[in-house]
Amino acid sequence: MKQPLVTVNKSVRKIDGLSMATGRAQYVDDVHVRGMLWAKLLASPHAHAKILDIDISQAQKIPGVVCILTHKDLPRVPHTTAGQGYPEPSPYDSYVLDKKVRFVGDRVAAVAAETRDAAERAVRAIKVTYEILTPVLDAEHAMDDDAPKIHDEEDSLRIADPEKNLAAEVGFSVGKNFFEDSDYIFDRTFVTQYAQHCPIEPHITMAWFDEQDRIVIRTSTQVPFHARRIVAQALRVPVKRVRVIKPRVGGGFGAKQEVLNEQIVAALALATHRPVKLEYTRAEETISARTRHPMIIHLRSGLKKDGTITDFDLDVISNTGAYGTHALTVGCNTGSKVLPLYRAKNVKFNMRAVYTNMPVGGAYRGYGATQGAFAMECLIDEMAERLAMDPLEFRKRNHIRLGESSPVFKALGEGREGVAQSIESCGLDQCIDLGAREIGWREKHGKPKGKGPIKRGVGVACLMQGSSIPGIDMGAATIKMNEDGSFNLLMGATDLGTGSDTVLAQIAAEVLGIRESDIVVYSSDTDMTPFDVGAYASSTTFLSGMAVKKAAEQARDQILHVAGKMLETDPADAILQDGMVVMANGRRLSLKEVALHSLYILDQFQIMGSSSHITHTSPPPFAAHFCEVEVDEETGQVTVLSYVAAVDCGTAINPRLAEGQTEGAVLNGISYALVEEICFDPKGRPRNATWQYYKIFNTQDAPPIKTILVPTWEPTGPYGAKSVSEISINGPMPCIANAIYDAIGIRLREAPFTAEKVLKALKLRARGRRME
Amino acid sequence: MKLEMKLNGKDVSFEIAGPELLLDLLRDNGYFGAKRGCDNGDCGSCAVQVDGKSICSCIYFAGQAHGREVTTIEGLGTMEHPHALQETFVECGAVQCGFCIPGMLLSAKELLDECPNPKDADIREALDGNLCRCTGYTKQFEAVKVAAKRIIEGKSKGRKPARGGKSR
Repeated sequence: MKQPLVTVNKSVRKIDGLSMATGRAQYVDDVHVRGMLWAKLLASPHAHAKILDIDISQAQKIPGVVCILTHKDLPRVPHTTAGQGYPEPSPYDSYVLDKKVRFVGDRVAAVAAETRDAAERAVRAIKVTYEILTPVLDAEHAMDDDAPKIHDEEDSLRIADPEKNLAAEVGFSVGKNFFEDSDYIFDRTFVTQYAQHCPIEPHITMAWFDEQDRIVIRTSTQVPFHARRIVAQALRVPVKRVRVIKPRVGGGFGAKQEVLNEQIVAALALATHRPVKLEYTRAEETISARTRHPMIIHLRSGLKKDGTITDFDLDVISNTGAYGTHALTVGCNTGSKVLPLYRAKNVKFNMRAVYTNMPVGGAYRGYGATQGAFAMECLIDEMAERLAMDPLEFRKRNHIRLGESSPVFKALGEGREGVAQSIESCGLDQCIDLGAREIGWREKHGKPKGKGPIKRGVGVACLMQGSSIPGIDMGAATIKMNEDGSFNLLMGATDLGTGSDTVLAQIAAEVLGIRESDIVVYSSDTDMTPFDVGAYASSTTFLSGMAVKKAAEQARDQILHVAGKMLETDPADAILQDGMVVMANGRRLSLKEVALHSLYILDQFQIMGSSSHITHTSPPPFAAHFCEVEVDEETGQVTVLSYVAAVDCGTAINPRLAEGQTEGAVLNGISYALVEEICFDPKGRPRNATWQYYKIFNTQDAPPIKTILVPTWEPTGPYGAKSVSEISINGPMPCIANAIYDAIGIRLREAPFTAEKVLKALKLRARGRRME
Repeated sequence: MKLEMKLNGKDVSFEIAGPELLLDLLRDNGYFGAKRGCDNGDCGSCAVQVDGKSICSCIYFAGQAHGREVTTIEGLGTMEHPHALQETFVECGAVQCGFCIPGMLLSAKELLDECPNPKDADIREALDGNLCRCTGYTKQFEAVKVAAKRIIEGKSKGRKPARGGKSR
């Protein structure tokens, strides 16, 4: 019997929202632990240097200093800080502390002291003798024969070619006779910049010992289970001696899909046998945490006069910085989440991730697709223009459709070959139509507009992402029933502010015919909850949601069995509704009665379900983004006047939270497209590490953002759902670039689109015109 | 030195050495609602009210609050009796990770105290010191407007703003 949805697809309140709004929610730092030491890391002032000597004698004399660790004090275990499943597809090129530093901000030593002040003073008092090496600060020349070798250590593992500073390389080619059938060939290069996630809560980790002398790590992470495994690996302690607890997290966006500080904090705790806390400052977060990989993207395409795209050849150089964490997989996604969107018989892809002596690339919402979509969507616009075809019409004619597949799905996965799949849900045409109507496309696009130096234009970008990593990711959940008919839902899934605790409770509530407020959620504690890979790859709703659904269905079956016996009725065709079991013959029992019976009265047992889920597909959500911009030709200033994101995420389990995911991703993307960039001096030192100088958009900068959710039904997802969290960060950069072109006729291919760059491009064009 | 202030309506005193920042004093005493996001006064997640004005407590000496009235998010409302703004922020989906929310709510409260029926531009200006990376601010603008309306309606009916409520 198919019942209408009661809790799913409803904008219920976020279950932890009020606790956050009243200051009750507990983030990592919102507990007092007696005897806590403050940790501080000494950061390298040099981009590339060998550590010849570390003298800690003066630092040790500072009152309150308890412990100072250098590379001499720790086991040397090559590992990756990438919070990925085992075996990680990232090279093992990191050490908790090393005798070499590879970027400004790399860690040299760690101090634990009674006060923050003592820890900071001690760090300043450590004397390090460096042998300064020539830094590599240009990704394009990192592979040159005479470039200094960044990873010259002998014990690193799985670096593609350390001699060439090549962290990772991947490529494929399908089809033949490239560019032979095309009437037009396009050949463009796009460049993206260093940017940081800027979670408002910086990285923070605490560690202490429990009464069994086990290490308890309370940390702001997206990957508690990977953190447990990697801490155990890096410090050579058994996994069973480590417990990782993820409390409320103040945003991650991928920065916290990194086992960044858990190792060093646990090492300090082990060395002192005291509780230890390390909290990054904002400058440390910007420089020493992780960033979005800057890329140089060379995209060539072939086009026939009839509007058929014949070829794509995508070549990517990704700057992974000093370490290769996520280098391979982010680079894979630059192809795998971008190329399948449009049909072409010949597709070629090559990605090289190179080391430089610069901040470390990592996972960042969009995960490489952001950079790839910039190139693809700008080029698609140019192709449509060559044919004098409406960019919307051109996209509609060429985008992948329901029931279709792409050879790219099989050719390219995350760090290995992908999985063949065909599209089982696609609302892209409707996204294009609804978004176009909302922005006023027909009236505005290609029409001259604007008065004096202020010009207006509209732009579009179409997008796809994935939902989970097929064949790799796994999520698990346990649900158990209590006397009052409420349930505890225990799961590894990691809510970092996204609302996944709420969404997953809605799924369980839907199965059990109760309200989400009757589900007590406890997530992400490696001692208490089942495993989950964590919050990344747009997986939680789609993957962990299915695990929750299956676990709840087991509990439902047990409830029906008990109720059947209690009522001496065949429970076939019975339903759960409003906290009651309703038999086909109309007889009813409350869940409370069933719970009490099963716990206390007869054939007692705990009604509970436990299930895991893996996926063999990664159904893409789709989106069409539109914006209207204003460009001041006298100053070069670009202002986004309005932004529309039409998104097909299957069934939105919680529409309001899905809108929130979209709006947040869009504004982050706009800020990235227009202003965000970490700038460096000639020695590789970041010049704008704090928010005073690294601008992120505030309420005055934000344009009105309109989200349109286009419902489709994804058969492989829970209640038809697929992902929503990442896709929309990929839109603004190409969408704004295309709108700038519509406004002033200049195509910008180097981000961010600052006033300075726009003005320079305008002046170049004016000079060119004068020369003619 | 002895620091005396009115904290969330109660007279309190603390023994301080001198250079303590208000944020540290509050957090050390269990007022965890004020968050540390940047230590530079850039992000506003540490915002609290001093004499009704939002300030960044990470760049404000505790001693400066001597003899003044300090309100933290804990003083705005509770889970049992939330302020209208706290309710509408949750209802409208304005809360995601929640880290910036206490500071933003106090800025919004200051706005509604001074300007009970704010326009969009007023809201944008009042909240521009509170950075949020999750939401895109859209839902927060809506939440402030809904709360303003609710407070005005509550006052015209001669009662306090709606409290508690169902979960949806």
